[in-house]
Order: sequence, then C-alpha cells, then structure tokens
Amino acid sequence: MRQFIVRRAVYSVITLFLLSITIFVAIRVTGGDPAQVMAGPGARAEDVARLRDEWGLDRSWPAQYFSFMSNVFTGELGKSFNYGIPVRKLYFDRLPNSLQLALAASIVSILVGIPAGIISAVKVNSWWDQIGKIVALLGLAIPSFWLGLLLMLLFSVWLGWLPTSGKGDLRHIIMPALALGWFFAASLLRLTRSSMLEVMGSEYIKLTRLKGMPEHIVIVKHAFRNALIPVLTLLGLNLMFMVNVAVVIEVIFAWPGIGSLLYGAILQRDFPLVQGVVIMAGLMIVGVNLIVDILYAYVDPRIRLTR
Amino acid sequence: MATIPAVSIANIARVAGALRQRAKLLQGAPLLAVFILTVLVVAAIFADLLAPHHPEIPVKGAKILAPPFWMEGGSASTPLGTDYQGRDVLSRIIFGTRVSLIVGITGTLVAGSIGAILGITAGYLGKWFDQVIMRVTDAWMAMPALIFAIFLAAMLGPSMWNIVIALGVVYWTNYARLIRGEVLSLREREFVKLAEVAGASKLRIMVRHILPNVMSTIMVLASLTVGVVIIAEAALSFLGLGVPPPQPAWGLMLAEARATLIVGKWWLTVFPGLCIVLVVLASQLFGDWLRVRMDPQLRNR
Repeated sequence: MRQFIVRRAVYSVITLFLLSITIFVAIRVTGGDPAQVMAGPGARAEDVARLRDEWGLDRSWPAQYFSFMSNVFTGELGKSFNYGIPVRKLYFDRLPNSLQLALAASIVSILVGIPAGIISAVKVNSWWDQIGKIVALLGLAIPSFWLGLLLMLLFSVWLGWLPTSGKGDLRHIIMPALALGWFFAASLLRLTRSSMLEVMGSEYIKLTRLKGMPEHIVIVKHAFRNALIPVLTLLGLNLMFMVNVAVVIEVIFAWPGIGSLLYGAILQRDFPLVQGVVIMAGLMIVGVNLIVDILYAYVDPRIRLTR
Repeated sequence: MATIPAVSIANIARVAGALRQRAKLLQGAPLLAVFILTVLVVAAIFADLLAPHHPEIPVKGAKILAPPFWMEGGSASTPLGTDYQGRDVLSRIIFGTRVSLIVGITGTLVAGSIGAILGITAGYLGKWFDQVIMRVTDAWMAMPALIFAIFLAAMLGPSMWNIVIALGVVYWTNYARLIRGEVLSLREREFVKLAEVAGASKLRIMVRHILPNVMSTIMVLASLTVGVVIIAEAALSFLGLGVPPPQPAWGLMLAEARATLIVGKWWLTVFPGLCIVLVVLASQLFGDWLRVRMDPQLRNR
C-alpha cells in the first residue's frame, strides 16, 4: 500500500512538473516579447520594464523557470498587475464563493441525476428510460451558459421571481446552480443508470430476490448501495470541476467566484492572475485524482497489486 | 401503354442496385441528424446566396431591435428580427454557421491529428517514448479543458484560427490515450509482425498498417469531439476571446444579446442558442450511430 501511494504521488509530481512547463512555455512562445504580451498592447513602458525585471525575462530559460517555480512554491503565485496584491490572496478570497456555487450545483445534479438514473435502470427500455436518454443527450447538447440565459429570461425578465445577478440571499444562487448543475446531472444520470444495471444483473441481487425481499428493498438497500461507489467518485470529481469550469456561468450571473476572477483578469490582461488561476486549477485536479486513486486502492486491494 | 424494353429494365435494376449499395453506407443513420447536418452544411456553403441581408451591415429601413415577423412590429424582410444595430438576425445566424462548422471541423482535425500521431508513436515505439508521451498526456488532462483553452486563447489573441489552434491543442488527449491502447494490441498482431520481418520501416508500418486499423476509433471520437469543440468555440466567443466583432458567430451573438435580454428582447438569445443545440445534438446522434456501426461486435447483434 505504501509503495502504491509513493508511486502515485511521484506520478502526480511529474504531472504537475510537466503542467508547469507547459504553462511556462505557452506564455513564451505564443507572443513575441512576453513582457509586452503580458502587459498588453499599448502598455506603459515602465510596466513592461517592471515585468521584464520581475519575471527575469532577460535571463536564460532555465533561470526564468527557476524563478517562476520559486514564485509558485513560496505560495504567492506572483503579484496581480491590476490589484497590486499577491494572486494567492485574490484567489482564496474568491474560492469560498465558487465552492458555494459548486455545492449548490452538485445538489441540483444529485436531485435530478440519481433518481432519474435509478428509474431508467429499474424500468429499462420503458418510456421512462427513453425520457432519461433524451435528458442525457440534451445535457451534452445544451450549452450551460445558454441555459443560464434562458433561465434568466424566464425567471427574471418574464416572471420577475428571481434577481438577475449578483450574490446575496438564497434566491441569487438558484439560477446559476441550475445552469451549472444541468450538464453534471446528465452525466450523473448516465453513470447511475449503467452502474445500477450492472449491479441489478449480478448474482447476489438474484439471491435477495429469491429470498423473497420486496422489490423496493432490493432496489434501494441492495442494488443502489452497491452502485453508489462510482457515483460518489464522480460527485467528488464533479465538485472540483464545477469550481473551475463555471467561468461563463459566473460571468453571466455576476457571481463573484474564481471564474469571474479569471474573466476579469483576461479582460485586463492581468497575466500573473490568469496564470495563477490556471495553475491552481491543475493543482486541485491532480490532487483530487491522487486522493481518489489512493481511496480506490484502499477499498479494492486488486488495484494496488496490478499497478 | 408503351412497353419498356428488357434492356432498360436490366439497366434500371443495375442502377438501383448500385444506389442501394451506396445507401447501405448510411443505413440506419438517424435521419434527423443527417437532415440537420445537411441543412447546416448547405447554409454554410451558400450563405451568400441564402442570407437575405448583409450580416455585418444594418438593414436599410429596418427598425433597431425589431421582433420576429409574427409579432407586432415585426417585418417579413427580417423574419427573425434585428439586433441592437439593426442587423438581420437570420442573416447573421446563416453566416454564423460558417464559423461554427469551420472551427468545429478544423479544430477536431487538429486535435485528432495530434492525438493520433502521439498515440500511434507511443503505442508502437513503446519504451521511454511511450512513458514520456503518456505522462505529457496525463499532465494535459489534469487541466480543465475549458480553462486551458481560455488561457491559450487569451495568449494568442482573438481570431478564428487562433481558436482552432487553442481548441485543437486542448482536446487531443482522449485520442492519444485511446489510440495508444489499441496500438498496444495491434502491434502484437501477425500482419504487423510479418511487415516487420519483410523489412518495412517503422514509419511505413505505422502509416500503412497501423493507422488504417485505428481509423474507425478516430472517426467515432471525431464525431463526438465536433460538438464539444463547437460549444467551446461559442463559450470563447461569448467571453470575447473568440471571433472578433463584427464577424457573425453564434457565441458572439449571444454575448451581444446580453444587454438587451434584461428588457425582454428574447429572439436575440433564443435563436443563435437553438442553432448551437441543434448542431451539437445532430453530431452526437450521428456519432452514436457511427460508434455502433464501426464496432463489429455491436453491429452484428
């Protein structure tokens, strides 16, 4: 087990290392003079000079990479051009809002995706299942930000029930949570359905049925419980993704999370901030993947032996 | 009643047979999906002929923010209404088809090519080469795709071809992973071993013997990637990182419609979005059908 954890951790570190190189190189090959690119067109000469100095852009690439990494490791993630304070502070000020939205969206996706997935699996090929399939398909095809705009049109403009944007009481979070949760509800539906189907076909479910258990107990207590492990994993991963991919939703509803921080940073060409948010996203996902891998190996010894 | 000579009956039968053969390729294809895709491709190619107005210039004599024709104040010359500059929404949607399809298809081609080249070389050459490529793939997968695309698009600056590059460079990872897995088993197969014994070069084996055998996987993945890329393009254009105004793109139209959505000008938001949903839905349905068709095990059932 310990060996497994060490190996996985080493892989994660390698992944992060390659990620940092990718970002480092991307900034330097996509534009001409990186300082000029980062400062943006029409930037003041002293800004460009300050950047070149701060990032050590006149030195060799390895030296630049070293100072770039030490910036990351000291936890400051560089200084924002626009706000003049460390990126880390900006990021962690916004993180709770993003987590709140992600949590609300998770609840939406659970309430829609799991019951619908169970019903689809229990009544396979019925018209319930057909509806489930259509929902799953539309989950992929309807862009979440367009859904957000439609919700705004319906609930704010036409019905006047909900405020259009901002963060305040509970009513503010309903629409962004619905829009963000929609896509994930569809993916949860698909996974719940296939996972339930697999369990329902297994030997021990047949046995509980033979023992004369009522059908609803078979489904809820025996089948669903066993189908739950992959579903829970997906929920955890989804939560992490929601924090990071809600950019457009947050912009539409003026939700003060990480996504709108990133968007503002791009508009103002605040590149240390953009870079910091991107690095944190990668860090978070690599971290969660590592935890999931370890938990899986802990639960299922076969995994740690085969790899 | 005129009689039909026997020769021509035989001819008709032969032509019909050939047609049936041709049609078999698309047998069981979701008609709705094929229909939608055909309409969109036609709209993209013949946009100049089909669009009633110029997409970037306000329609002369038309009101600003005119509603669709069936509503009060609507006009038949601008059937889906006009936007905040008085430009025809229908014409902008028709021209917007070009951006969506071009970005969707070329972005998928870039992603597919990068993924296929890396996947095949990693799988076939193996050893440290495989290790390096797969670690890089892991690293790129660790980035949420949309955030990565936003980052690259922001670095490259807003233009349609930059979007193609940004999205292609982001979405190749699935190809590399899946294709590598397939190549690992292909390279142990007899026809590859025979080619090696016959003295074929590694490059030749990869191109002539392995590539054709992973082509079906590439095509299925591609049909599913197109939809993802089209939505991502719309999101980037919506954020102002994609196609620059005044060029018509669906995502950009949605962004421009935001200010007037609050006052109930719904047609500016509903119609472009509906087009995105249709094209993605059609490509998904087509992809699902293709997957079943390309997989011999599923097909024979």
